[in-house]
Amino acid sequence: MHFDAANLLPILPEIAVLLTAAIVLVVDLYIDERHREVIHGLTLIGLVVAIALTGVVGGGATELVFAGNVVRDPLADLLKGAILVVSLLVFIYARPWLRDRGMLVGEFYMLGLFSILGMLVMVAANSFVTVYLGLELLALSLYALVAFDRDSSRGAEAAMKYFVLGALGSGMLLYGISMVYGATGSVEFGAVAEALATQGMENKVLVFGLVFMVIGIGFKFGAVPFHMWLPDVYEGAPTPVVLLLGSAPKIAAFGLAIRLLVDGLGSLQADWQGMLLILAVLSIGLGNVVAIAQRNIKRMLAYSTISHVGFIFLGLLAGTEQGYAAAMFYTITYAVMATGAFGILIILSRKGFDAERIEDLKGLNERDSWYAAMMALVMFSMAGVPPLVGFMGKLLVLEAVVRIGFVWLAVVAVIFSIIGAFYYLRVVRYIYFDKPEEDAPALASSGGVRVAMSLNGLALLALGVFPATLLALCQSVFGA
Amino acid sequence: MYQFPLLTLLIWLPIVGGIAVLASGDRSASTSKWTALGFAVLTFVSSLWLWFGFDPGTAEMQFAERVAWIPTFDVYYALGVDGISMPLIILTAFITIFVVIAGWEVISYKPSQYMAAFLIMEGVMIGVFSALDAVLFYVFWEAMLIPMFIIIGVWGGPNRVYATIKFFIYTFFGSVFMLVALIYLYFQAGSFSILDFHALELGMTAQTLIFIAFLLAFAVKVPMFPVHTWLPDAHVEAPTGGSVILAAIMLKIGGYGFLRFSMPIAPDASAALAWLIIAMSLIAVVYIGFVALAQRDMKKLIAYSSIAHMGFVTLGFFIVFAIVQNSTAGAGAVMGVEGGLVQMISHGFISGALFLCVGVLYDRVHSREIADYGGVVNTMPWFGAFFVYFAMANSGLPGTSGFVGEFMVILATFRANFWWALLAATTLILAAAYTLWMIKRVVFGPVANDKVAALKDLDRRETFNLSALAAVVLALGLWPAPLLEVMHTSVEHLVTQVTTCKLPAEEVGACVLSRPEPLAAVAQP
Repeated sequence: MHFDAANLLPILPEIAVLLTAAIVLVVDLYIDERHREVIHGLTLIGLVVAIALTGVVGGGATELVFAGNVVRDPLADLLKGAILVVSLLVFIYARPWLRDRGMLVGEFYMLGLFSILGMLVMVAANSFVTVYLGLELLALSLYALVAFDRDSSRGAEAAMKYFVLGALGSGMLLYGISMVYGATGSVEFGAVAEALATQGMENKVLVFGLVFMVIGIGFKFGAVPFHMWLPDVYEGAPTPVVLLLGSAPKIAAFGLAIRLLVDGLGSLQADWQGMLLILAVLSIGLGNVVAIAQRNIKRMLAYSTISHVGFIFLGLLAGTEQGYAAAMFYTITYAVMATGAFGILIILSRKGFDAERIEDLKGLNERDSWYAAMMALVMFSMAGVPPLVGFMGKLLVLEAVVRIGFVWLAVVAVIFSIIGAFYYLRVVRYIYFDKPEEDAPALASSGGVRVAMSLNGLALLALGVFPATLLALCQSVFGA
Repeated sequence: MYQFPLLTLLIWLPIVGGIAVLASGDRSASTSKWTALGFAVLTFVSSLWLWFGFDPGTAEMQFAERVAWIPTFDVYYALGVDGISMPLIILTAFITIFVVIAGWEVISYKPSQYMAAFLIMEGVMIGVFSALDAVLFYVFWEAMLIPMFIIIGVWGGPNRVYATIKFFIYTFFGSVFMLVALIYLYFQAGSFSILDFHALELGMTAQTLIFIAFLLAFAVKVPMFPVHTWLPDAHVEAPTGGSVILAAIMLKIGGYGFLRFSMPIAPDASAALAWLIIAMSLIAVVYIGFVALAQRDMKKLIAYSSIAHMGFVTLGFFIVFAIVQNSTAGAGAVMGVEGGLVQMISHGFISGALFLCVGVLYDRVHSREIADYGGVVNTMPWFGAFFVYFAMANSGLPGTSGFVGEFMVILATFRANFWWALLAATTLILAAAYTLWMIKRVVFGPVANDKVAALKDLDRRETFNLSALAAVVLALGLWPAPLLEVMHTSVEHLVTQVTTCKLPAEEVGACVLSRPEPLAAVAQP
C-alpha cells in the first residue's frame, strides 16, 4: 500500500495522544518518586495539545484517509473534542486520589491515555476493522485499569467480570461484523451501505449480523439486558477509574453506535429501530427502579447510567437527524454530568477512606457549600430539572421521539424519570438536610480541582440556559 | 421601537440579587439580609411600573419581548403580560418583601442561603407568569421546585425531608406530562409560542389528552382534590416564609395555568370535562372545609382552608362552560373567571398573612398545636386584633377582599345551577366555622398556660408586615374596581376564546361551544 504523509494530518490528535502515552511511559522509567507529578503535568499538556490539534485539523469537508478506513468529519471532530475535554477533567480530579494512595504512577496515565486513544480511533473509524481496533484498545486498557488497585480483591473481581463480559460483548460484535462482511463483501462503511442499497433487505444473514452488532453495542453502552457488568464494575473499581470509564467512553460508545448503525447499516434502520426500542425501554425502566434500592452511591450512579443510556437510545432509534443530534447532545452533556458526580466522590475521599455510601455525602453543605452546590447541580441535572442541561437533553430526545409519532414512548420515558427523580433527590437531601458526621474532616482541595469542579458544575447550568450553541453544533453534524 | 425590557428586569433582578446574597456568604448576616431586602423592594418598586404603564383597554400581550433562545428548535425567550398575569406578578413581588422581613430574626442557620433561595424563587415565579413561550414557561415552572425543595428541606420542621420529597415528586409527576403535551403541540402548531397554541385547531381526542396532561400538572399545583395531599405536609413542615410563598403564589400558578393553557388550548375538551373540574372543586370546597374543621394544627388548618379556597378559584374558571351551555348570558361567564382571579389575588394576601400570624406565634412558643394556646389576646392584643381580622377576611367577611371573589363566583355559579351555587355557598359557613373556631381557641378565652402568659406582643417588623397586608386586604375589599378594570378586557377576550369551538371542520358536529361567532360581543383584537 502506498503511504501518503497527508494521511497523517487528520489524525494528528490521535498522534498527539499516542506520543504523550509513549513519553509518559519512558519518562516514568527515569523519574524518581518525588517528581512523579511531572507525569501528571505531561499528560495534561498532551491532552491540551490534542484538543488544540482537534480544533486545528477539524472543520471542513469530510476526509477519508488510510484507504477509506479512517474518516475525519464533523462528527469525529466534535466527539473527539468532547472526549478529550472530559478526559482532561478526569485526570485533574483523579490526581489527589492517586497521590494520597501512592498510586500516582506512570501506568495509570499510560493506560488512561491508551484508552483515550482507543476512543478517538473508534469515533474516527470508517470501517468495521478500525472500529474494532479502537474498541479493543479502549476495552483492554480499561480492564487493566479496573484491576489497578492490585491489593483490592473487589477490584480484581470487578476486572474479571468486566473482562469476561466485555470479551463476550466484543465477540458478539465481531461475529456480527463477520456476517455483515459475508453478506456485503466489504468492511468499509461506505461500501457496505452501497451494497445494502443495491441488494435490499432480503438477506437474512444481514439481519442476524445486525442483531449481534446491536448486542455488542448494548454491551458497550451497558443497556439492559446487557448491563450486568456495569454495577459491579462501578462498585469494585477505584473511583478515578470509574470516573474514567463512566464518562468519556459513553461518548465513544455513541460514536460506535452512529458509525455502525447509521453510517454502515443506515438502510436497516427499520430493523434496528425495534431492537433499540426494547433496549431503551428496559434500560430506562430497570435503571431508574433498581437505582432506588442502592445504598452505595457508585452502584446507584451505575444504574443511573443505565437509565441515561436508555434515553440516548431513544434519540438514536428515532432515526432522524434531529434524533441523532438530540442523542449526541444528551451523550456529551451526560458525560459532563457523570464526570462531575464522580469528581465529587473523589473530592470526598481521602487517604484510607473512599466515599461510597450515599450517607458519606451527609452535611456536605456545611462542610463545603460550594462543592455542595455543584453536586446539587449535577443531581438536579441528572434528574432532568430545568434550567439545568439534563432537562434540555431530555426535552430534545423526547421531541425526537414525539416527532416520529411515538407519543406513548415519551410518556413511558417521563414516567420513569419521575421515579428516577426520587433517588437523585435523596442525594440532595443528604447534602443539604442532614448534619455531617462528627468526625468528618474539612475537605482538602488543591486549587486545580476546585477550579475544574466549578467549571464542570457551572457548565451544566450554562449549557442548560444557553443550549443553542452546542445544539447547533450537534445538529450541523447530522445536517439537520 | 425600543422598549425597555421591564419583564426581563423583573425576572433577573431578584435572581441576580439572590446570587449576590449567596456570594456575600454568612460572614455578615446583616449584610445579606439588607441586600436581600434591598433587591426585594427594588423589584417590587419596578413591578409597579407594570401597573402604571399597563393599558387595560387591550387584551394583547404588553411589555412584550422576543429574542431567539434556541433558534434551531424554534424556542424563543418570549415574555409578555396581559391583565391576567400582570396582577399576579405584582403580587409575587409584593409578598416576597414580607417573606424576607419575616425571616429576619428567626433564621439563624445559613441566613444568606435562605434569603437567596427566596429571591431566586421570586424571579423564577415572575418568569412563570410572564413567559409566552412554552419551553420557557416549562423551564421556569420546574425551576421553581429547586429553591422550594431546599427551603422546606433545610429550614423546615421535624418531618421536613418526607414533606419536601413528597412535594417535589408530586409536582414533578404532574408536570412531566405537560411537557409531552407541549412537545406534541409544538408539532401541531409549528412553534412553541403559547399564543400560537391558542389559535390552533385540534381534534377532540387530541384536546382531551392534552387537557388531561395539563390537568395533571395544574391540579397538583392548585392543588385540587384528590391530589392535594402534598400541600398540608409541605405547609406544616415549611418555614413561615416557605408557607407564605407556597400559599400566596405557588398555588396561584396552578390556577394561572388553567387560564393560560388548559382552557384556551383545549376549550372543547374543557367544556366536555368541565363537570369533572366543577365536581372536584365543589368537593374541595365542602369536603375539605369539613376536614379543615377537624385540624388540631394551625398550619394544617390554614393549608386545608387554602385548598378549599382554591376550589373556589377553579369553580369560577370552569363554571364558564356550564353557563355557556345554559344561557346566553356571557356576562356571567366573565364574572366567574374574574371572581376566580380576584379570589386568587385576595387569597394570596390573606393566606400569606395568616401564615405570617401563625409564624409569629410559632417563633415565640415553637408549637403550632391549637391546644397549646388560648387567651393569646390577653398578652398580645395587637396580634390578636390582626389575627382576628385576617381570619374574618379568610371566611369572606364583606368589606375584606375575601368577600369580593367568593361573591362573584357564587353569583356566576347561580347562573349555571342553583344547587351547585348552594353547595359553593356553604363555604361561607364552613370557612367561618373552621377559622373562627380556631380563633376562639387560640386568641380568646383565659390565658391557657405559662407560655402564653409570657408572650410578648408584635415587634416593629411583624407589625409592619401585618399592617401592610391588612391595608391591602381592606383596600381590595372596599374598592376592587381598579383590579377588575385591569383584568376585564383580558378576561373578556379569554372567555371569547374558550367559548369558541376549536374542533376541525370534520368534527363540527361535536361542537357544544359556539362556532364561529364569538359568544360575548367583544371584537377580536
